[in-house]
Amino acid sequence: MLERINRAYKEIARAQKTLGRKINIMEVCGTHTVSIFRAGLKTAFPDGLKLLSGPGCPVCITDQGYIDAVLTIADRDDCMIATYGDMIRVPGKKGSLETKSNKGNIKIVSSAEDALRLAKENPDKKVVFIAVGFSTTAPATAVVANEAIQQEIKNLLIFSNHKLVIPAMNALLTQKNHRIDAFLCPGHVSVIIGSDAYKPIVEKFKKPCVVAGFEPMQIIEAISEICRQIAENTPQVASLYHAAVTEQGNKTAQKIIEEAFDITTGCWRGLGDIENSTLKLKEKFSEIDAEKQLYIKPMPEEDIPGCCCGQILCGLMDPPDCGLFSTSCTPDTPIGPCMVSSEGACAAWFKYTRKKRQN
Amino acid sequence: MCLAVPARIIELKGDEAIADCMGNRIETKTTLIPHVKLGDIILIHAGFAITILDEEEAKKTWQLLADLENFSRNDNTDSG
Repeated sequence: MLERINRAYKEIARAQKTLGRKINIMEVCGTHTVSIFRAGLKTAFPDGLKLLSGPGCPVCITDQGYIDAVLTIADRDDCMIATYGDMIRVPGKKGSLETKSNKGNIKIVSSAEDALRLAKENPDKKVVFIAVGFSTTAPATAVVANEAIQQEIKNLLIFSNHKLVIPAMNALLTQKNHRIDAFLCPGHVSVIIGSDAYKPIVEKFKKPCVVAGFEPMQIIEAISEICRQIAENTPQVASLYHAAVTEQGNKTAQKIIEEAFDITTGCWRGLGDIENSTLKLKEKFSEIDAEKQLYIKPMPEEDIPGCCCGQILCGLMDPPDCGLFSTSCTPDTPIGPCMVSSEGACAAWFKYTRKKRQN
Repeated sequence: MCLAVPARIIELKGDEAIADCMGNRIETKTTLIPHVKLGDIILIHAGFAITILDEEEAKKTWQLLADLENFSRNDNTDSG
């Protein structure tokens, strides 16, 4: 282990020498964010390396307009909300799902299948599944959409806001003021999309893209590999998560996604509208499409005053640079989504770096 | 939401499976990995198996989960 860490240090020094400045590596996966903090990697590396937490947490990147639309549905007496637990505390303009749960119509699910089950158990309610997340949760939504149609379950409505990570990486690198030298690519998203999916990013922007699993050693190895590529100016796609990630990914899941969703322009917190980044149900699923059945109109995107989640997600600011961080915005009283989700950069920063100071 | 756990399939009927993860029984769908067999170790994400893993990799992750469990216990004790 020590040998690998020493090697990482050497590669970081080489890369820093090549660039003539600090290296910025962005991770785009909430689980990497937590793993990096938990293992103490944020502070274990030399000053020449900065790890940025990018738009990898599905809760954090979900735009305010979508959150407000969900809260509007939650106010309806004829609807029941089925949501992954992470979404429940995200604040909108008027409260959060948690503050609206007194009517008993907000249900936490751990799988899209649970939403279908809830629809069967509550035939007098429209059960609205809050379908968020990346290419990992999207195929599950698609499977359940197909099952609902086949089983003629008419009271399950799907409100899809699934996101694709590659267009977001593209958008980040297109921003003039970005400071990203390489990406540490997500493990489980890559299980589905395959490591080859990052090739267009490497070809267009000449930035290393390295896939890693979630063990700290794998993350250290990935950082070594990224720095080696920077030092030798050989940007390429590499994967260290051989056990689960192939070059082509899970073709069955990709086909299921492709057959169920249209790829559209969609809004991301911090990044705004990104072309070809959001999955919406195809026309054939109109009867279970919440947007069509409940006539949901796009809500205006309004930022939370003082909240810097957007800039943090783009790697332009660190959480402690936000005026609300750890003063009015804490895990107990979150104002922005990056503090709500345990996989958010602010929550991880709050939990791990504050504690370190106390010790 | 990005969390996934490895588990061994102990019951399989169509695309519905029960998998064992460190003694916990997890209901999962195998629609995304149609060629899966009884006894295979799968990676489960939000109720769906997303890939088949090899035994060695699964053991490493189970060990890591056990370590994290111990770490979290100590972690919570420290902060409490």
